[in-house]
Amino acid sequence: MAPLARRVIAAARALTTPLLPEDFVSVWRPLRSRRAPGARVVDVRRETTDATTLLLRPGTSLPVHQPGQFVGLGVQVDGVWTWRSYSITSRPGDPLLAVTVTAVPGGLVSTRLAHHTRPGTLVRISEPSGDFLLPAATPEKLLFVTAGSGITPVMGMLRTLAARNTAALDGAVHVHSDRTAADVVFGPELRTLAARTGMRLVERHTATQGRLRPDALTDLVPDWTARHTWACGPADMLDDLTDHWERVGDPTALHVERFRPPTWDDASGTGGRVTFATSGVTAEAGEGEPLMAAGEAAGALLPAGCRMGICHTCVGPLRSGAVRDLLTGDTHDTAGQPVRTCVSAPLGDVTIDL
Amino acid sequence: MRTTTGVADAHLTEEQIDALGAELDAIRASVVDDLGEADAHYIRTVVRVQRGLEAGGRTLLLFSRVPAAWVAGTAALSVAKILENMELGHNILHGQWDWMRDPDIHSTTWEWDHASPSQMWKRSHNYEHHTFTNVRGKDRDLGYAIMRVTPEQPWHPAYLLQPIYNIGLSAFFEWAIAIYDIEFDRVQEGTKTWDEAKAEMKTIWRKARTQLAKDYILFPLLSGRGAVSTLTANATAALVRNVWSHAVIFCGHFPDGVETFDEARLEGESRGQWYIRQLLGSANLTGGPLFHIMTGNLSHQIEHHLFPDVPSNRYREIAPQVQDVCRRYGLPYSSGTLPRQYGTVLRRLARLAFPGGHKRYGGSPAPVRKLRPRTGVRLPAVARRAA
Repeated sequence: MAPLARRVIAAARALTTPLLPEDFVSVWRPLRSRRAPGARVVDVRRETTDATTLLLRPGTSLPVHQPGQFVGLGVQVDGVWTWRSYSITSRPGDPLLAVTVTAVPGGLVSTRLAHHTRPGTLVRISEPSGDFLLPAATPEKLLFVTAGSGITPVMGMLRTLAARNTAALDGAVHVHSDRTAADVVFGPELRTLAARTGMRLVERHTATQGRLRPDALTDLVPDWTARHTWACGPADMLDDLTDHWERVGDPTALHVERFRPPTWDDASGTGGRVTFATSGVTAEAGEGEPLMAAGEAAGALLPAGCRMGICHTCVGPLRSGAVRDLLTGDTHDTAGQPVRTCVSAPLGDVTIDL
Repeated sequence: MRTTTGVADAHLTEEQIDALGAELDAIRASVVDDLGEADAHYIRTVVRVQRGLEAGGRTLLLFSRVPAAWVAGTAALSVAKILENMELGHNILHGQWDWMRDPDIHSTTWEWDHASPSQMWKRSHNYEHHTFTNVRGKDRDLGYAIMRVTPEQPWHPAYLLQPIYNIGLSAFFEWAIAIYDIEFDRVQEGTKTWDEAKAEMKTIWRKARTQLAKDYILFPLLSGRGAVSTLTANATAALVRNVWSHAVIFCGHFPDGVETFDEARLEGESRGQWYIRQLLGSANLTGGPLFHIMTGNLSHQIEHHLFPDVPSNRYREIAPQVQDVCRRYGLPYSSGTLPRQYGTVLRRLARLAFPGGHKRYGGSPAPVRKLRPRTGVRLPAVARRAA
């Protein structure tokens, strides 16, 4: 930064202390806040009956995303800032950032975003993150296996490849499952893209054809073992695929995006008293309840991102006690060990430096 | 027994006290369950109004040589400072708005326009004052370690001057609070080390100097030839804020009709008894909606002490319910206008500057227990020297 600009900023800070200049600016220009970056919904496109694409203009410049990554969107639900992560479906460098939201039955945030968002709405936005990515050098033979809203991160990849590296899609295969042809998000665009680039699109309509079993891949994509595969969809499908690749394929050639909040049905934590040492908050976590959920319910302001164990924004060092990672089932009990609070449930009393 | 249940609640049985606790818990739960968009909108509006008044006031004061600009700017800045300290700062630092999970309006991120850094103040206020409210020897806010506000505090000749130094306290209230938070009385007692106090003094100074620079150097300089008039305007706004907040806060716990308690009261205190102590140890101010906002809703001191982390905009609607509980359980609910209540505070300070006062302010025929030296209210060094 130029020395003059730095001096101007220092002067502005001295005039607004103990607040920051942006605390004043953000009152009238909420998108300019750096502490709580925001975005304006510029346009809303209905994709299917329950999926909607939101075109966003961030107020402050976000780091450029990579295809396959997601952003967190925060909306106020009954006055409470509530965050969910959504895959970015636009290409890096596009003037607007697109996310496609599928309304989940009973989902407060997804329903509101998919069905009740008007252009002009302000949302809060987090930086792009996620490691469901294509490598820098695109592998020669690509396979995408998606189902339902699992299409979204792959759509970001396909759009980028179609614009910048069309050759990579020639000979690629995309197996996509949804209930009916009309339910396929981006259906027409996918079909056009396939025809234009030489990608083979295999649509499976589960209402009539039933669910895709990994064994079926042998018929659909005979050379699947020779391909690098990116898969995103319901947890059951991903579990099936992971098993299948582990049994008969090369597990390192399979990249999956488990894009769903973890479920705590298996109650793998015993619960306990959680002390957030830095925040000075103590919370009681129920059986299998993650540290973050318990802490937030007790009023702690904790670092949070995807809330499903993907982005590692919420990581904090364990000071004492033990936790179970609900996604991996691992137990962590070493002091100083960083744990993901959004998916770690306490095994007894726990203190964490957050 | 008086020593454990106070005076005004001596008629209540243990079961009644538990039932009262449950009723107050229910009032709290009904509000907390109902918090939503309208509340979020309220606090955001107060933030917007406060920032607008501050920015507008300071802009007007760049032209403070024009008398009308001086008056309007000073008024806007005074109101902005009052809102900032009271309806925003005090209440946000209580965690009243933490439920929104908004990093912009949260007790862990908020810093206020006050000499006392928010972290330091939160400890002395949220924990010590709100937990041990009006317990003599435990609640340092009872007289702020320099005043005799109950006859049970042993008299000292320095108190003869308290009606006078109360005026100074009022004018420099924010500084007094900051110095008070360092707890020099505890250093003297030996329960706190000099090094700790010195470190805290440094923290305060680091924050305070930037605010002094803003109000008394930078904005005056920006006003060019109006530097002196901007300085007087800023000083006036700070004075108005100090005098106002001092008056409101002193009316919270020191008017007539408010009880103080013996340390023995804390032993095995139940939730219901805690509620009753908060009820009996606080007093409300009556007034219109704007008055309540300007007091940071500390005009609902009783409701605030019962539910310190319930958003302040809700105190008004629960006040009638709390009053009803008090009526049914035969407990006093102390309330009055600001002039009336402040009048009783000043009269009390004047009377208790002299020895005695048990007859007028003792409140009960119960014997006055001698305070143990370690927990007794001690005079800070300054007051002792003055004596």
